[in-house]
Amino acid sequence: MNLALDIFTVSAVSAGAFFFLAGTVGLLRFPDALTRLHALTKVDNLGLGLVVLGLLPQADGPFGALKLVSIWLLVQLSGAIVTQLIAGAVRQHGPHG
Amino acid sequence: MASFLFGAAGFVLTMVALGLVVILQRPAEVDHMMVAQLLGTGGVAILLLLASATETPPIVDVALLLALFAAFAAVAFVRSASDQESEVSKATSGG
Repeated sequence: MNLALDIFTVSAVSAGAFFFLAGTVGLLRFPDALTRLHALTKVDNLGLGLVVLGLLPQADGPFGALKLVSIWLLVQLSGAIVTQLIAGAVRQHGPHG
Repeated sequence: MASFLFGAAGFVLTMVALGLVVILQRPAEVDHMMVAQLLGTGGVAILLLLASATETPPIVDVALLLALFAAFAAVAFVRSASDQESEVSKATSGG
């Protein structure tokens, strides 16, 4: 049981780390601001989401797990709002605004 | 398990640092804001991994604060951009 949980943690955290790699590469390689925002939201949603999912079996008790999930929800919510705001600013002022 | 989590934290840190170094040399301010957002999310992931690896639950609180401040920083950036815009439009309409 413990081994199964550890395997789950390793695979989910590895997948999350892969999305951080993908997000950074996208941020460096994509041609304009809106596509780079697209890459950034992959990191916010999938990267952090998978890392939190992988850490859940290692959390201490149900309250520790609940805290991890609520941090993920906060990042999810603020990431979605911030991405909309930045995209709006890019639309209004151009990428140098 | 702890050494794997340390390794994952180091990997994420490397990715975020690479993004910071390369993007901060670009001229566009929006890119700077995006990389600050990446640092916020990546920092939260790194801190959560470290909290599990070292079995120090208070680090989770630090991650929570970092998530909050990353959101505030981005909102401040967008507000200052729109303030500049309104000052420019006031100056051009007044002059």
